[in-house]
Amino acid sequence: MSAINATPENLSEILSGEDVALTSKIPAATARRTPYFETESGKRFIEGTLNLFKNAIPPLLGMLLFVALWALVANSGGQIPGPSETWTAAVELFSDPFYDNGPNDQGIGWNILHSLYRVGIGFGLAAAVGIPLGFMIGRFDFLNRMLSPVISILRPVSPLAWLPIGLLILQKAEPASIWVIFISSIWPMVLNTAAGVQRIPQDYMNVARVLNLSEFKVFTKILFPAVLPYVLTGVRLAIGVAWLVIVAAEMLTGGVGIGFWVWDEWNNLNVAHIIIAIFVVGIVGLLLEQLLMLIAKRFSYD
Amino acid sequence: MQSYVQIENASMVFSTKKGKFTALTGIDLNVEQGEFIALIGHSGCGKSTLLNLVAGLLDATDGVLLLANKEIKGPGPERGVVFQNHSLLPWLTAFENVYLAVEKVFGGSETRAQLKARTTAALELVGLTHATGKLPGEISGGMKQRVGIARALAMEPKVLLMDEPFGALDALTRAHLQDELMKIVAATKSTVIMVTHDVDEAVLLSDRIVMMTNGPAATIGEILTVDLPRLRDRLQLAHDPKYHALRSQVLEFLYSRQMRPKEAA
Repeated sequence: MSAINATPENLSEILSGEDVALTSKIPAATARRTPYFETESGKRFIEGTLNLFKNAIPPLLGMLLFVALWALVANSGGQIPGPSETWTAAVELFSDPFYDNGPNDQGIGWNILHSLYRVGIGFGLAAAVGIPLGFMIGRFDFLNRMLSPVISILRPVSPLAWLPIGLLILQKAEPASIWVIFISSIWPMVLNTAAGVQRIPQDYMNVARVLNLSEFKVFTKILFPAVLPYVLTGVRLAIGVAWLVIVAAEMLTGGVGIGFWVWDEWNNLNVAHIIIAIFVVGIVGLLLEQLLMLIAKRFSYD
Repeated sequence: MQSYVQIENASMVFSTKKGKFTALTGIDLNVEQGEFIALIGHSGCGKSTLLNLVAGLLDATDGVLLLANKEIKGPGPERGVVFQNHSLLPWLTAFENVYLAVEKVFGGSETRAQLKARTTAALELVGLTHATGKLPGEISGGMKQRVGIARALAMEPKVLLMDEPFGALDALTRAHLQDELMKIVAATKSTVIMVTHDVDEAVLLSDRIVMMTNGPAATIGEILTVDLPRLRDRLQLAHDPKYHALRSQVLEFLYSRQMRPKEAA
């Protein structure tokens, strides 16, 4: 139960620590000068701090509850390691993330980087093919009607079902897992780009027509900027899918990578490492998504 | 002398899922150079459709449309359009929105400095010198509409086509822009066709008011000549019996003879 107690204590310590700081500073200000916490910037500081706490409490509470539940499950018997045990293992693991003892024993850092590399290649190829394809499908109705039945059939296929085809054609594990990333992350980009092109307001196209703009100007000044937010939504969905799929693909294909690492640790019966891997996969996925959200915000004009 | 804009027996039939829909039929209209025409009628009477025919955004099913004795085939920059909802490109600044049009029309014959000077001049004409670097999302509705007008004017069009340009604005902003438009039109001697549903606006701005019958198969019901002297002042007009007589003639047409069946019920 140590873990479960540790965090609330820490939290209350932080809270009370802040209280102490506040009360101790107020008498410190002399009577002649306006006390800091009554000045404009002081008030803003207090308000900001309060807001910070208000905003921080719900997510902190959520995490706390999650950790508590985890500890409860771990303590009720079974072989699931608890939060503190996992934490200790994680500290050890991340103290040397880039060691290299041959292909089957590398640091967690290498494994993450290898997975990211595969996702980067597969996803990049998917973007290079999918976004232009989406533009063409959106622009030409004939192409849209020609390809939509094919896409409708291929899109719901589980990503791993593509792995045997990849292995058969490409002969090697590495390109086969890249192929799986490619084929599973291409659809959101194709479909969102096409939808974006189809939903360009008629007003913008009327402007283009009245001005008699050239195809090149239409593309650079109207089509591309108008569709960019849709493209970025597609990219965001696609990177999520790619990151989901890589773990499963690597479990099957092996090599260095976070998915293989999970499977390897399962064979070693090192459950703490598996839980760490789950967190790592989650956090990396979150970071990728946030990064793209940041880019998308930059190109939003509403 | 031939009229500047000639519309002869124009009709417009749309093919819809429910079959053919005749929006306009038998439209005959001649517009002289420098004339200000207002198209007025109840919503759905096809006044925007008529404007789009002149703009070339729609092709007439039947009939002939001529501008300066040349047939209108598709849209072109010699007919500047001010759209109902400004239609500025939201990723370009006010300056860039206008520059896009200027570059298209004059880019072949003028230097970049001249093009920029034209853009600046157009924005100055509508009183937006201070907002040239702003994106459409950063300025008010009235300012956006003024950028739209600047964009149309900067092309030095033969005809300025305006589709309810002030419809989405509040009354004060609308009055202010109407006054500005009067000055600009007087200075540039533009030929203007404007769609409006505002009786006061029509009487205040135009030389002739084209009143349309209700759709479907709408046509021109009556044309009213507004022989009030220019430049007009809205405060003086408020006491002008002639203004009120013209105004009530339009109202009479719209609400007595062309009362919409639905509204009558």
